[in-house]
This record gives sequence, structure tokens and C-alpha cells, in this order.
Amino acid sequence: MIELDDVWRTYPVGEVEVHAVRAVSARIAGGEHAALVGPSGSGKSTLLHILGCLDRPTRGRYLFKGREVGQLAEAERTRLRRHDIGFVFQFFHLLPRLTALGNVELPMLFAGVGREERRERAAQALRRVGLERRAHHRPDQLSGGERQRVAIARAVVMSPSLLLADEPTGNLDRSSGGEVMALLEEMNREGLTLLVVTHDPAIAARARRVLRMDDGRLVEEAKGGSPSPPAAGVTGAGDP
Amino acid sequence: MSLLEMVAFAAAALRGHRLRAALSVAGVAIGIASVVTLTALGEGARSYVVGEFAALGSNLVIVLPGKVETSGHAPFGGAERELTLDDYRAVAQRVPLVRRAAPLVVGSETVRWGERGRAVPVLGTTAEFAEVRRLRLAAGRFLSPGDPDQGGNEIVLGVKLARELFGHANPLGEAVRVGAWRFRVVGVLAPRGRSLGFDFDDLAFVPARTAMRMFNRASLFRILLDCHRHEDLERVKREVTTLLADRHRAEAVTVITQDAMITAFSSILRALTLALAGIASVSLVVAGVGIMNVMLVSVSERRAEVGLLKAVGASNGQVLTAFLVEAALLSTLGGLVGLGIGVALVRGLVEVFPEFPAVPPPWAMAAALVLAVVVGIAFGVWPARRATAMDPVAALARR
Ligand SMILES: Nc1ncnc2c1ncn2[C@@H]1O[C@H](COP(=O)(O)OP(=O)(O)OP(=O)(O)O)[C@@H](O)[C@H]1O
Ligand SMILES: [Mg+2]
Repeated sequence: MIELDDVWRTYPVGEVEVHAVRAVSARIAGGEHAALVGPSGSGKSTLLHILGCLDRPTRGRYLFKGREVGQLAEAERTRLRRHDIGFVFQFFHLLPRLTALGNVELPMLFAGVGREERRERAAQALRRVGLERRAHHRPDQLSGGERQRVAIARAVVMSPSLLLADEPTGNLDRSSGGEVMALLEEMNREGLTLLVVTHDPAIAARARRVLRMDDGRLVEEAKGGSPSPPAAGVTGAGDP
Repeated sequence: MSLLEMVAFAAAALRGHRLRAALSVAGVAIGIASVVTLTALGEGARSYVVGEFAALGSNLVIVLPGKVETSGHAPFGGAERELTLDDYRAVAQRVPLVRRAAPLVVGSETVRWGERGRAVPVLGTTAEFAEVRRLRLAAGRFLSPGDPDQGGNEIVLGVKLARELFGHANPLGEAVRVGAWRFRVVGVLAPRGRSLGFDFDDLAFVPARTAMRMFNRASLFRILLDCHRHEDLERVKREVTTLLADRHRAEAVTVITQDAMITAFSSILRALTLALAGIASVSLVVAGVGIMNVMLVSVSERRAEVGLLKAVGASNGQVLTAFLVEAALLSTLGGLVGLGIGVALVRGLVEVFPEFPAVPPPWAMAAALVLAVVVGIAFGVWPARRATAMDPVAALARR
């Protein structure tokens, strides 16, 4: 599903150039569950944004489902974000003025889904994350874990094939973090491709595959499932 | 995403910052209210003036000797033997649509009573003049009716002239001298002000024949005609022109109606109204800048939202429209509120001054509303563009 071939992302900062992502090559197959780890500033979010078509690589090729995304027109990339890719962020990014239901409806609103169907599907997505009782609460009336579950419902309501999560548990306590991860893994088992950026070695360990970044490079790939003390060492240092 | 859904989305966003939204709505409302009020006042003034003119006799037809410009004032010295008392008689008797006609001879002379004297215009005419010009008298009567060729020594004084000469004494029946001629005062006009270029408060009326002898004139200055109906004006004009052309053979006369003057006045006042509206529109530009400010703040406050909308698949066009609709909502709301305030203000004014016919013209209200919407969109474009141009990655970054 995802093919990266010598992908770079470079920011000019004053006179010098900062390489947030350098020469990354990788493949992620459909249905995989991968974790992306590494110290702070190693380029994880930057890579995730490129994968999510929110950003373009400075150099190199990024193929999503066989199409080179870097070359696509903006309208085409918008369509990919709308139908094929879901995002979950550390800070939830729910619109405070909308109810949980309204927030989940948002992607369908811009996709032009009719009102009735929108209601129906949003309610179903909220049921899926166990929040049907909170449908008419606004974000400030929800706990952190509930907010993140609303965000997950929003991310999957368009039935994307790829879900990108940037530290989805970074703002949650261990138990709600666990619930959120359980939810994501359940969706992964149903076929959703899942890529999770995390600083938590326990969460990384649950992935079938762990990609480690350091200073913009993909330095190491490890199979998950194995007890992985090296991961703990690296992420522990970068945790704020 | 339908426009209605876009409006609902934008309205919800506005509810997020009510005070700021209300203030910018107020700005637009003030601008629109002043446009509506000022045009209503201007239009009111116009219809007031036109109405007054019509009351003075919009059925008036004026015959001038010679070919002169419609601005009036024929040369006093020239074109002398063109309009005679016989012409006057012919017009008065042979054009059936004319209700009344009055000749007018104009001179200037000093009117004396005892030691006091005052140089004033002296107008020679007949009894009909009082009716043609709707003159009212403060005391006594106007010139007596009869054959215009008879002349006589009656004189009617303007109110100011009477006061200057007689003070508090009663002028009726008194003898005054005009140049070398002696007259007997038979009436004093009620205050009237200016009309036809004369100050009717400061002049004297004498019989036409007498005035012609006194000033050694063979020609009339004007013939004034009063028609039965306003619709007949053009026909009377034509008939009088042909009649006099026949009588004069080669020599032409000019026939004008007061319609032309009313039209001129009306268009001058309409221009004034438009100028007022234009000035008031400046306040709308200020209101537009207010909207722009609110939208700019809104866009930079909602950076994360813009980033998120893009992440969930909103196109640049949709983001642009969402912010534009927000700005347009602000200004439309302001426009409606302003219309309400403006209409209420004008109503209140008419309550206080019932004789002043101020009504906000529908065209002005429609134009004001359209203007409000346009202002909102025009001043919303730049902030909305900034939202669209925002890099979603930077916008989503931790605040
Ligand atoms: N807009 C930018 N301009 C310049 N440098 C940038 C920009 N965005 C990111 N960087 C740099 O790129 C590098 C990678 O940043 P990125 O946010 O991807 O790190 P990260 O691995 O997600 O870190 P964290 O774990 O703290 O979230 C950092 O050194 C950062 O300073
Ligand atoms: Mg990051």
C-alpha cells in the first residue's frame, strides 16, 4: 500500500537546511500494524504528514496504492485525504463548538454526504467507539480518552484504508491510552492499515512491526511481539 | 456540501465569538442605517419641493416674447413689439383649455407716500393674476376686473412695501405716487415670498394698461396661463404657439410650462440624494474593514481548525467558501439590522414632522442590502485566502 523510495523532507532555516526526513525507504503492506518510534525531533511527525498527503517530500518518491502522490494535483490529494486516509492527533483537534456527533459528521459534510446518511453513519461510528451515550456532548464535556475516541470515530467514518495516528495516547493516562489502542488494534484486525507514532515502548511492542527513526533516518526495523528493551532505551530519552 | 450546510457551518462558527461578531454587525448596521435614512431624507426633500411647486400651479403656462432661453429673463429693452394686450386677449378668449390668463408688464419705479419712498418693481397686470398665481391678500382686494385696456389708478402693495411706507398706519384708501402718477391703494398682499423671480412682498401691482403707459412699453413682459388640467399643458402649449404664430406671422414667441422647472429641480435634488447616499456609503467601507479585522482574528485563532478541515478532506475551495460565507453572514445580518434601524428612524421622523414626506425609497433599500453583502464578501476575501493558503502541517502543530 505504501512505498517510500529515498524520501527527503528538507526545511530551509535561515542559511542552513534542516533535514527532517532523510533518505527514507520503506514499504508498508495493506492491513499492517506498524509503530513508528524515535527520539523527539527525529522526523516521525514529518514522515507521517507526508504519508497523509498533508505535506510533500522535497525529494524521492512516495507511492500510495501505486500512485505517485508527490506528483498529484491538490484536488486529487484532497480526495485521498477525504476517502483513503484517516488522521488521529495527540491533541484530538475536535472543533469545540460542535457536539461529538457533529465532529464525527465533519468529514462527511465536506464529502457531500446527505444529512440523513451523515447522522446515521456518525451515530454508528460513535457506537463503534462506545460513545453513543455521549453523542450530544461537546468536547469540553468529555474526558481525554473520550475525546480521542471521538477523534477515532471521525477518522474512520469515511472508511479509509489507512489510519495515521500521531501519539494518540500521548495526552492520556495509561488506562484510557490502553482503551484507545485496543480500539485501533481492533480496527486493524478488521483490515485497516495502522501506523502509530509513539513514545511508549509498551504500545510500540504491541505492533507487529516497529520502525525506528533517528535524526531523520530510518535506522532500524524490528519485529514486534518480541520483548524490546532497546526501544525503551531510545524513547525514554526523548520523552518530554 | 450544499450552500445551506455551508451557511449552517459558518453560523455555528460565528456563535463561537459572539461579541466580536455582534460588533462588526453593528458597524455594518450603522452604515446601512445611515444610507437608508439619508436617502429617505433626500427623497423626502425632493418630493416635498416638487409637491410645493405643484401646489403653486403646475398647470401654469408662460408665454414669452421672442425666442429666449427657457431660463427666463427676457431682455427688458429688446424684442419690444412682440407681445401685445391684443395677443393676451386672443389667447385668453380663443384657447378653450385655458381657464384664466393674465398679462404681465414689468417696470421699476419709486413708490411714494408723503415723505417716504421706496424703489420697487412695479407689475402691470389684470384681476386674473391673483387667481393664476393663487395670491392671497392681507387687506382690501386685488385689482378690479374689467377690460384690460381700461387702465385705472388702483394699486396693490406687497406686504413689505406697505410696511416700509405706512408703518402701522392703514394704507387702504390712501393715495400714493408712482413716479409722476397718482394711485389709490386698494389692497395689501399676504406674505408670499419669491415667485417667478420677483419678491412678491416688495413690489406693487397696477393695471396693465396703466403700467404700459407709465413705462412707455408697447409689449408685454409675459402672458401667464392657467389650464384646467395638468394633462392639457402640452396641448395648450401647442395651440398658443400656433395662435400666436398666426398673429405674429414671422415673429416667434416662446411658450414654456412649469413642468420643465419641476423636472429640473427634481433631478437636482435626486443628485443631491445620491451624493448623500454616497457619503453614507463611506461608513460602509469602514464597516467592511471591521469585518476584515474580525475575520483575520478569526482565521488566526482557528489555525488548528483550518488544518484539521484540510486533514479530514476539505478542499481549498471549501475552506475559502466557509470563511467567505462567514463574512457575508456578518454583513448581511448587519444590512438587515441597519435596514430595520433606518426604516424605524425615518418612521420616527415622520411621526415628529408629519408634513415631511420622508420614505426610504425601495431602490435605496435594495441597493443598501446588496451593498452590505458585497462589502462583506469583498472584505472577507483576503482573510479567507489566508486561511486557504495556510500550511496544514504548521496549522495543526501544537499551539
Ligand atoms: N516547519 C519547520 N521548519 C523547520 N524545521 C522544522 C519544521 N518542522 C519540523 N522541523 C524540524 O524537523 C525535525 C523533525 O520534526 P518532527 O516534528 O517530525 O519530529 P518528531 O519526531 O515528530 O518529534 P516529536 O517526537 O517531538 O513529536 C525537527 O528537528 C524539527 O525542528
Ligand atoms: Mg511529532
